[in-house]
Amino acid sequence: MKKTRAETDFSHRHISRRAALLGGAQLLFIGGLAARMRYLQVEEADQFRLLAEENRINVRLIPPSRGEVFDRNGARLAQNAPSYRIVIVREDAGDVDETLGKLAKIIRLEEGTVERVKEEMRRSAPFLPVTVISDASWDEISRVSVNAPALPGITPEVGLSRVYPQGSDFAHVLGYVGPVSDYDLSKIEDPEPVLMIPRFQIGKVGVETKLEPLLRGKAGAKRVEVNAAGRVMRELDRQEGKPGSDIQLTIDSALQGYVQARISKESASAVIIDCDTGDLLACASAPSFDPNLFVRGISQADYGALTGNKYRPLASKTVQGLYPPGSTFKMITAMAALEAGLIGPDETAYCPGHLTVSGRRFHCWKRAGHGWVDLQDSLKKSCDVYYYDLAIKVGIEKISAMARRFGLGIKHDVPMSAVAEGLAPTMQWKETFHGQPWRVGDTVNSSIGQGFLLASPLQLAVMSARIATGREVSPRLIKSVDGVEQPLRGGESLGVNENNLRKMRRAMHAVVNDRRGTAYRSRIIAEDMRMAGKTGTSQVRNITAAERRAGVIRNEDLPWERRDHALFVNFAPFDRPKIAVSVIVEHGGGGSKAAAPIARDITLQALYGGQPPLEAYPAKDRDRIATQQEELRAIQPLVSINGRDQA
Amino acid sequence: MSYLEYNVKHTPTGLRKIFYLNWPVAILLATVSGAGFLMLYSVAGGSFSPWAEPQMKRFAAGFALMIFVAMVPIWFWRSLSGMAYLVTLLLLVAVELFGTVGMGAQRWIDLGFMRLQPSELMKITLVMLLAAYYDWLPAKKTSRPLWVLIPVVIIIVPVMLVLRQPDLGTSILLLAAGGGLMFLAGVHWAYFAAVIASGIGLVTAVFQSRGTTWQLIKDYQFRRIDTFLDPSSDPLGAGYHITQSKIALGSGGWTGRGFMQGTQSRLNFLPEKHTDFIFTTLAEEFGFVGAISLLGLYTLIILFCVWSALLNKDRFSSLLILGIALNFFLFFAVNMSMVMGLAPVVGVPLPLVSFGGSAMLVLMLAFGLMQSAHVHRPR
Repeated sequence: MKKTRAETDFSHRHISRRAALLGGAQLLFIGGLAARMRYLQVEEADQFRLLAEENRINVRLIPPSRGEVFDRNGARLAQNAPSYRIVIVREDAGDVDETLGKLAKIIRLEEGTVERVKEEMRRSAPFLPVTVISDASWDEISRVSVNAPALPGITPEVGLSRVYPQGSDFAHVLGYVGPVSDYDLSKIEDPEPVLMIPRFQIGKVGVETKLEPLLRGKAGAKRVEVNAAGRVMRELDRQEGKPGSDIQLTIDSALQGYVQARISKESASAVIIDCDTGDLLACASAPSFDPNLFVRGISQADYGALTGNKYRPLASKTVQGLYPPGSTFKMITAMAALEAGLIGPDETAYCPGHLTVSGRRFHCWKRAGHGWVDLQDSLKKSCDVYYYDLAIKVGIEKISAMARRFGLGIKHDVPMSAVAEGLAPTMQWKETFHGQPWRVGDTVNSSIGQGFLLASPLQLAVMSARIATGREVSPRLIKSVDGVEQPLRGGESLGVNENNLRKMRRAMHAVVNDRRGTAYRSRIIAEDMRMAGKTGTSQVRNITAAERRAGVIRNEDLPWERRDHALFVNFAPFDRPKIAVSVIVEHGGGGSKAAAPIARDITLQALYGGQPPLEAYPAKDRDRIATQQEELRAIQPLVSINGRDQA
Repeated sequence: MSYLEYNVKHTPTGLRKIFYLNWPVAILLATVSGAGFLMLYSVAGGSFSPWAEPQMKRFAAGFALMIFVAMVPIWFWRSLSGMAYLVTLLLLVAVELFGTVGMGAQRWIDLGFMRLQPSELMKITLVMLLAAYYDWLPAKKTSRPLWVLIPVVIIIVPVMLVLRQPDLGTSILLLAAGGGLMFLAGVHWAYFAAVIASGIGLVTAVFQSRGTTWQLIKDYQFRRIDTFLDPSSDPLGAGYHITQSKIALGSGGWTGRGFMQGTQSRLNFLPEKHTDFIFTTLAEEFGFVGAISLLGLYTLIILFCVWSALLNKDRFSSLLILGIALNFFLFFAVNMSMVMGLAPVVGVPLPLVSFGGSAMLVLMLAFGLMQSAHVHRPR
């Protein structure tokens, strides 16, 4: 069927008209598209560009490396050691089951590891590493590395973790670090973002927490470009943070190691303080624990063993432990009386074995009494009645004031956890806290360091140092920060009469060096090392009248918890004191028997800067001491003495 | 039906036909495809694999196909119209029965050497058959109800099949192309008015069906419409595509961030960055200048096609060329509207630029037909 020209022309005209219409509509639409393009790309460009930047830029924190801690001679006490993890990245691993199966053949995987890893993988993005082993050994790392081609997606990762090379020796001083907990965050008012980094470690106890701001440093930041899934594509720029400050302690790690070993069998604590500077040379609390366990995350069993131990290894007894100072307080009572001018030059008092005060009988530890005693005798023999008498004359207010002057009942500024204030009671205090008036009996009890009085080993060491120097010695734990020496505090004179102090020192000298002194058996015979000290035995129970009649039960026959605390404070050398020491053995029995020998050993160790010669000991002790030194060397063989010449 | 119907006084023969091709259109097609290669290279992070290289091979094959189709006289192709339509329809049914499910819809038949998407092919064969129908139908019968009903059935059957896959984008394109061809053929205005009215009714019905047992479209399609109407309502979910796409476009600014510097696409913020959303990459990297240039190229292709159709005194050829041009227009107009947030996200690629074999080959086939009609036009 051939079309006529007229037909084709007609249809063509018709098509042309409609085509023009449709074409026009199309052009109109294209114009609309162009307008939209202009709107988005020109008019709104700035806003969209901003949105695009927000999309792609992500700020990541760079955790600062934590400051290290050294002892006074430069030995490392806390450091950051590489810790190894084995991680798996799902998107690189291919068949996860197969890969983990291969891994399990190469290294030992704990039960349930595979399930945990798969569960974690399911919940996280495919490119994020999931930890398979968090605390891998070097052996495991090398095995994984060697077999790397057969283990797609599995890589060893290195991180920094806190390590305490001296282990338990510094557990109480340094404390330890651990991952930030919700509880930690709740205590911090405006937590730094760096704390939100998973596995970031902060100080939990001790110096680690008290000096946290110094040790932590400042986090850096890097701006990274991320894709839609959050994967880092490249780093745009970075701002370095500030690493934490290195801290140097005043403690001598070799000495600390010795002291810790010396007291390790007891529930005891000992403090050695430098009389000139107030530097804490040793600050030992036994038994101790390995802080490294806490860094890695302590097991339930280990933790249970620590908390269940009746010797309380977790307690930092040097600063936290409070004990009635017992007879070691007698110097304070005596000083208060001397300063008040209540003791004449040759004044003596009679001790019949007890003193009756307002109808109540107070006993001397020696039932038969000491007879006529002067000041020096009273301290040497630790006569109680003499001090009862003095205290009643002086009054509690002056005694407490003197106690505070010598560093008891006040809080010393030492960056350790739970530093206790102790207690030097006043009348007002008892009124406020007990709602009862102060009684003379309370004064009598206080005169020999019982009753309400409470002091920590640190405070007793400070007291001893202040008696030795007559100056306001204040304990210092931090020697330098980033090499900058920290200021010494409180070198001023105590403002007490030097003659009185000399009397006290002579009396303390007699306690140790006089044949009838309570600590005579613990004397030092090396001429220039002689020490002066005072024993103390503080009761933790009341001795009833009935018991007294039947004869006081000997400490050895009591259960451990009810035995007396044994205390000893001393300073040495006597003529120009360098160190002051305090030792408390919990429930150790008598101070002369349990505490004084320890004090002597650690005093000599400190003065000689290492193991003392046997000649420093009295002849008949030497064999025993030699054996003991042998034993102690076996306990603490590995104390590194960096940068210290062993003279 | 033979060449005798064409008042051909003089027709180029043999290889000389090459000189009579509509070269401006061929060159424009190559230019647009070239822009496509560039963008595919860019979104792959500066690499010819996995997208740019296969796309270049396909374009080469497609261009050869176009030349080949152009060499064959248009009356031969016209005689195949009915058969082509029926075969495509059967393929659509075959997809329904044996097709591969991809992206939640049955769209492809795997032929071994390529995956065929019959709905793409249908865009061309539908236009061919309608053009042939209106060429055959005497002009005065065009608007009679019975003769209107036949093309409506021809359009509706494939539209329903594609809708079942489900592929809303392509079925709307088919409907629009078919309707457009009827309009060009001169069907009376009143029919269109009626269809538009009933279309509004249908949309209402679709929305009414939501949540009922006779729900007409899938949940994801509803969500896409929702988010189109208010993208900010779900910025990380379904509205994510539109929001990120607009950010990419907008951040391009006047001159763009520079080749391979588009952060949005390179960092995977954009979905389907190598297919449906490739325009956003171009707009981000080359800015307003680049985007408007591409739009300009597309417009020129349309204008040259319309010019060629108006030159052509043969009714089938004119309608075919206009139909192909309309299809092409719908392709890029819907895609651009979608990425610019003017239309809901329906899976329509950007012609010649988006990565995809089926669409590229079908488009080049269509332009081969257009060229054939141009070469063999009555002179």
